[in-house]
Amino acid sequence: MIAEFGLAALWLAAALSLLQLVMAAVGLRAGRGDIADAVRPVAIVGGVLTALSFAALIALFVRSDMSVRLVAQNSHSLKPMLYKVAGAWGNHEGSMLLWVTVLGLAGAGIAVAERRLDARTLTATLGGQAAIALGFFAFLLVASNPFARLDIAASDGLGLNPLLQDPGLAFHPPTLYFGYVGLSVAFSFAIGALVNRDVGPAFARAMRPWVLGAWIFLTIGITAGSYWAYYELGWGGWWFWDPVENASLMPWLAATALLHSVTVLATRDGLRAWTVMLAVVAFSMSMIGTFLVRSGILTSVHAFAVDPTRGSFILALLAIYIGGALALFALRIGTVRAGTTFELLSREGALVLNNLLLTVILGVVLIGTLYPIVASATGVQLSVGPPFFNAAAGPIALALMVVLAAGPLLRWRRDGWDALIGRMTAPIAATAFAFAAFVIFAPYRGPLPLAGLSLAVGVGVASVAPMWGRNLRRTPLFTWGMVVSHLGVAVALFGMAADSAFTRERLLAARPGQITDVGPFAVTFDGIKPALGPNWSGLEGRLSVVRGEGGRFVLRPQQRFFANPPTTTNEAAIATRIDGQLYAVLGQPDGAGRWQLRLWWKPFVTFIWLGGGLIALGGALSLIGRARREGRAAARAVWA
Amino acid sequence: MKAKHQRLTLVLLALAAVVGAGLLALSALKDQAAFFYAPGDLARAGVAPGTAIRLGGMVAAGSVRKLSDGVTTAFVVTDNRATTPVVYRGIVPDLFREGSGVVAEGRVEAGGRFVADTILAKHDERYMPPQVAGAMHKTETLEK
Repeated sequence: MIAEFGLAALWLAAALSLLQLVMAAVGLRAGRGDIADAVRPVAIVGGVLTALSFAALIALFVRSDMSVRLVAQNSHSLKPMLYKVAGAWGNHEGSMLLWVTVLGLAGAGIAVAERRLDARTLTATLGGQAAIALGFFAFLLVASNPFARLDIAASDGLGLNPLLQDPGLAFHPPTLYFGYVGLSVAFSFAIGALVNRDVGPAFARAMRPWVLGAWIFLTIGITAGSYWAYYELGWGGWWFWDPVENASLMPWLAATALLHSVTVLATRDGLRAWTVMLAVVAFSMSMIGTFLVRSGILTSVHAFAVDPTRGSFILALLAIYIGGALALFALRIGTVRAGTTFELLSREGALVLNNLLLTVILGVVLIGTLYPIVASATGVQLSVGPPFFNAAAGPIALALMVVLAAGPLLRWRRDGWDALIGRMTAPIAATAFAFAAFVIFAPYRGPLPLAGLSLAVGVGVASVAPMWGRNLRRTPLFTWGMVVSHLGVAVALFGMAADSAFTRERLLAARPGQITDVGPFAVTFDGIKPALGPNWSGLEGRLSVVRGEGGRFVLRPQQRFFANPPTTTNEAAIATRIDGQLYAVLGQPDGAGRWQLRLWWKPFVTFIWLGGGLIALGGALSLIGRARREGRAAARAVWA
Repeated sequence: MKAKHQRLTLVLLALAAVVGAGLLALSALKDQAAFFYAPGDLARAGVAPGTAIRLGGMVAAGSVRKLSDGVTTAFVVTDNRATTPVVYRGIVPDLFREGSGVVAEGRVEAGGRFVADTILAKHDERYMPPQVAGAMHKTETLEK
């Protein structure tokens, strides 16, 4: 019954989104305010229905209903509860249902909460939301029905890939989807504003919280995904330039650019056309991201079974949406009047430069990610790896860091070089000092890590410089947000550069009792013993570690064997210290009593994810600060 | 600054940035794109020793052995047309086993041996690197 209920709710929601689209179009075209007003409740009911449908799917997974094909293929009755629930979206159909659920709830959210936007723009926005949702409903109902029953119920499920049985998985994909969908909302706002010829500060203010929210989720999702890959894959790396990682990075880059340009539009009424264009680009990137992940077209450590039907379906959706948006943009952009102007050396100028550099990085990542597909169409098999991305994107990212340091210290409208250099004295001095220190005390680390380390120090100083001489208690929350986020960038950059400059690695075949050094640690291999978990058995190595005069601690890297499906995974053991992490992986025995061990000492590697967390926190502060100010403005508007 | 001038400057800046990035990306692609080879391609193409490439295929049955230092693994990659011997110093991934798909990143030595820096094995029972699937498929078609 639950499966049938879920499917019925899904069909109803699909029908409602069609209704929503038609009503919005008729209401706008015929100028019928009464029809347009009814779009809101339809959006709310549609959102609730998709949520019910998704809840039904979760219920099926929780109850391990093996008569449902999706459950039988992806779950197992003996799986821990957390992974039963997470299993609902750890597969293709379920994750697409999650997509439309978040989309539906976002539409309902706009319908409930948005009060200040022009009514016609809002109607057009909800119409845009419905158009996007329809494509995904069609995709779900035609090509990937999550509620399909098996003719004969399976006795038990096939299980979930053990690599994915991790708390990281439970929250990683939903977080990214919140981000993707948030960008689709921003896109709908852009469509609404274009349709209603209403591109201006009011539209930007309505769009901003969604961009900010999407960006926060993407930041968290990317940071968490990077940490997950770091500890779960056991390769000691934190970013592999894997196509699936790029699929989440590209929307983030576009969202970061959009976030900065929407601020210019909301507060200074500049960059109108550009902001709309970025909203289109950001949504396109999240669609391309979904396409890359879901079509399995790319060689990737994440790529699962290739399904060409689904791939072409999403590709068609992608073409329709992006093509349609660009056509609308081309038709209507002439009606967008020029906004206010500014000098090149100004806060706006720095934000434009930020946008340019981010877009260029985005272009580089996009080329690197799609090039293998294009090449394979011409019969050449090749793959583009980290050397390309580091060489092409690294220098631009460092240039972006300079803009990030200087931008917040510039005035709006116009500024002077002398004044800027005066304000930049402390950051420049800090960079120079750090550079000298690293050259003297840690020479020969390569140009990119060295530049990264010194710039990180300078950017750190520059990012807190706007607070200098301010009354901290009276500083608005969104200024705090900017400072915290920018500081987070500096912290993350320091972590990345420190990891590539100072990592120590040791690979050995160890006998029990053997002692080896890695970085400041002396590691003793005590031996191997069996270990047992809820749905796995395994082997556990025991390493006693001493650092200088400090206390002894134990690391226990494991190899786990799962029965359903039969798989081995490697569980790295990681000890976190304030100045870095010690990372140990257990390999195979060599048959003569020795075991392979791989040890890394990674100084300050934690700063990467700490920085990511700070960036997201800054976004959250900014969102709260803006919401409060908007709330006060709305209250004033009511009273006035 | 007039609006027209401002727009012109912005457009010029954007053009310069995009062209610069395109050139940077193309030059990097030329040097850094790791080309993908199956053992059969490798035998025919004559890749210069020391060039960074990716090698993909199946791990030949019965070919995996540990060298005496305990940390180096030697095995043979095959696409059913030709074989390439590979050595890898490090811990092989969880799903690396004989008869499974594998992609190795590294370089060819003068003697024809492939020295891998990184081994990517499939992550899932259902996963086969698309390029390996393509290479295997080509072989099958050729044999028919």
